Amino acid sequence: MAAEAIPWSEEKAVFRTCPVTGLKVDLAAERLIIANAVAAVVFLLIGGIFALLLALTRWQVIHLLPPDWFYRILTAHGIDMLVAWIVFFEIAGLYFGGAVMLNARLVRPSLAWLAFALMIVGSVLINVIVLMGKADVMFTAYVPLKAHPVFYLGYILFAVGALLALGLFFATIVVAKAEKRYEGSLPLVVYGLVTAAIIAAYTLLSGALALVPAFFWSLGLLPNYDPGFYRNLFWSFGHPAQQINLAAMVAIWYALAAITTGATPLNEKLSRFAFILYILFINLGSAHHLLVDPGPGFAWKVTNTSYAMYLAVLGSMIHAFSVPAAMEVALRRQGYRRGLLEWLRKAPWREPGFSALVISIVIFGWIGGVTGVTIGTEQINMLAHNTLRVPGHFHATVVAGTTLAFMGLTYYLIPLIFRRELKLKRWATWQPYIFGLGMALVSIGFIAAGIQGVARRHWDITFAQAPFPATIPGTVHLALAVLGIGALIAVVGGAMFLIIVLVSVFTGKRQEARGLLLVVTPSSPPAPSTSAEEGEEGLRPKGTFVLVLAFLTFFAAYYLSNWWLLGRTWIVR
Amino acid sequence: MLAPPRIWWKPLDRLERSWLTIAFVWCIFLTAMMPIWFFLGRQNVPATTYRVSPEEYQQRVADFIEQYQVGTEKGVPVVAPPPGDVFLLARQWQWYPILQLKKGQTYRLHVSSIDIQHGFSIQPLNLNFMVLPGYDYVITLTPTQSGEFSLVCNEYCGIAHHLMVSKLIVTD
Repeated sequence: MAAEAIPWSEEKAVFRTCPVTGLKVDLAAERLIIANAVAAVVFLLIGGIFALLLALTRWQVIHLLPPDWFYRILTAHGIDMLVAWIVFFEIAGLYFGGAVMLNARLVRPSLAWLAFALMIVGSVLINVIVLMGKADVMFTAYVPLKAHPVFYLGYILFAVGALLALGLFFATIVVAKAEKRYEGSLPLVVYGLVTAAIIAAYTLLSGALALVPAFFWSLGLLPNYDPGFYRNLFWSFGHPAQQINLAAMVAIWYALAAITTGATPLNEKLSRFAFILYILFINLGSAHHLLVDPGPGFAWKVTNTSYAMYLAVLGSMIHAFSVPAAMEVALRRQGYRRGLLEWLRKAPWREPGFSALVISIVIFGWIGGVTGVTIGTEQINMLAHNTLRVPGHFHATVVAGTTLAFMGLTYYLIPLIFRRELKLKRWATWQPYIFGLGMALVSIGFIAAGIQGVARRHWDITFAQAPFPATIPGTVHLALAVLGIGALIAVVGGAMFLIIVLVSVFTGKRQEARGLLLVVTPSSPPAPSTSAEEGEEGLRPKGTFVLVLAFLTFFAAYYLSNWWLLGRTWIVR
Repeated sequence: MLAPPRIWWKPLDRLERSWLTIAFVWCIFLTAMMPIWFFLGRQNVPATTYRVSPEEYQQRVADFIEQYQVGTEKGVPVVAPPPGDVFLLARQWQWYPILQLKKGQTYRLHVSSIDIQHGFSIQPLNLNFMVLPGYDYVITLTPTQSGEFSLVCNEYCGIAHHLMVSKLIVTD
């Protein structure tokens, strides 16, 4: 804990002390965390309703929406989820990590409210103009497909608000250090959030480079905007935007591991190194969106998609070991040392943060990561570009991975920040499993359809009204049905989350938190058994090591089978 | 979760070091596969592009059709060119013309758009490329199977995007 803090300016920050962690919580920061988290959840709800409508349309047998509304709501769904829900939540996370976790005051809360207002205005503008039918251009808004200028303006205002919030986050940490609010190095969770924020800074600047000219072009003030240049600039914004989500998610993985099992990072040096790899190498990896574009040559595409992206992948593979290993060591320390996996079997599976964490890691890694690296391989991309494999990949990463981890963390914010009793605890225990199962089926459905060539962003894959209809194998209909059923299950899981959060926040008893865990009570460790290993040997993460080797085997099999698939197509160069 | 120990720079455990090595070797392998396939594989991403204006391209396609047209199907000319340069145009919401190629012959297939972005997708083969206005993308293609293939647009291009389908014919 800090010795007497020495405030710099006249700003009078008011703190309360958290009864569970002992942290000093700046009330201004707390209000902003709540505001941004609430905005995030509102957009999750809107985006989620859109998701249901879209899934019931792509499930060909149901085919719910007419074509114009399908494309319209697809545009809105992408923006409400990838931009609004996730960024509002991340800003809440930044204020939590930068201020609350460091016992610090949030610098200039009035500016943070301005940032919030800009983000709200931006996202409302985009939603309104899209639903009015003036911007059916998808989240990517590829030039020369033109939207109403208000669409681009909404994006830009949102980005300016987010940039302002980022600046305040960095300032908060600098001031916290200067005012000696915390001692020593940043905790790893905050370090991860700083990583996310650094990536966010150049992401938003790239977004400005792409979208500000697009805004002027939509007004007729810029006569020509080269479509190839736009795609390059857009994805310099679009892919690092996902890496922000990844870095924030991993930071939250460490936080959930600490909260639910008392885990501490096994090796700070390794985990920090892995975060640095994200910063250094992800922007170059954006080339994987342009692998089958005219223009760039082999050398550009391969360099940018490989050494750069694969070093970022190495970062993820490090965390894939470090996070579970930290939990394994913590649980072994609690006494569960028998065999390779007793720690996993006896882990707190009823604790929502724990199950959300594990399901997030498993689906993110085994489905999201594996498919991402595979379809981001230059030549293999020819099999995957613009097919449903692409949404299959990113729903496994952003939804089953990041969103589920964020949902898990939200449960803890309710007693700790909202200071309400968490209600519907039985629902909270089940919710990560239901949402995870649903999203896993959604991804698998998407991927199975995409491997068979089904296009993304497409209203009718049976081509019923097209001049040259094509016959679609029954297996495609099966894949789309899996997608539809998975979506229904996921929507139930999402609705459960929203209901738990709203019921708790509005009707939960106002009370100070008493402990970190929500459902599980900390149990006494088991009596040491004679077959369990003693001493340091019994604490090493051997179970995790076996699990990551299994993961790598699956990864290799999936990756190599795609090369085999490619070899069976026509000769092309 | 809270502050790390003062000295957090400590050596890696044996298991961490092993995993780091294995993961790094795997990433090197991933990187190497692409240049290896570039030299040894028969499927590679085309890298020949020319700048062209939509008007020029439209003219080139018209000349091409005039030279090699063999029929019409549903109002779209069917063209049977010899091996060599072959031209395909994408526009809202049509592929133009219909190409009739021969198995085992090599074609330099030019694709471009005369309005906005489209996606060139041959099914059930599942080969996919971007088609942009202003860019003449040359795909050097040798069909290894005969039959009738679907040519689908898989880049969202407006309200009738899902009606933008054609066919590609490959004779023996």
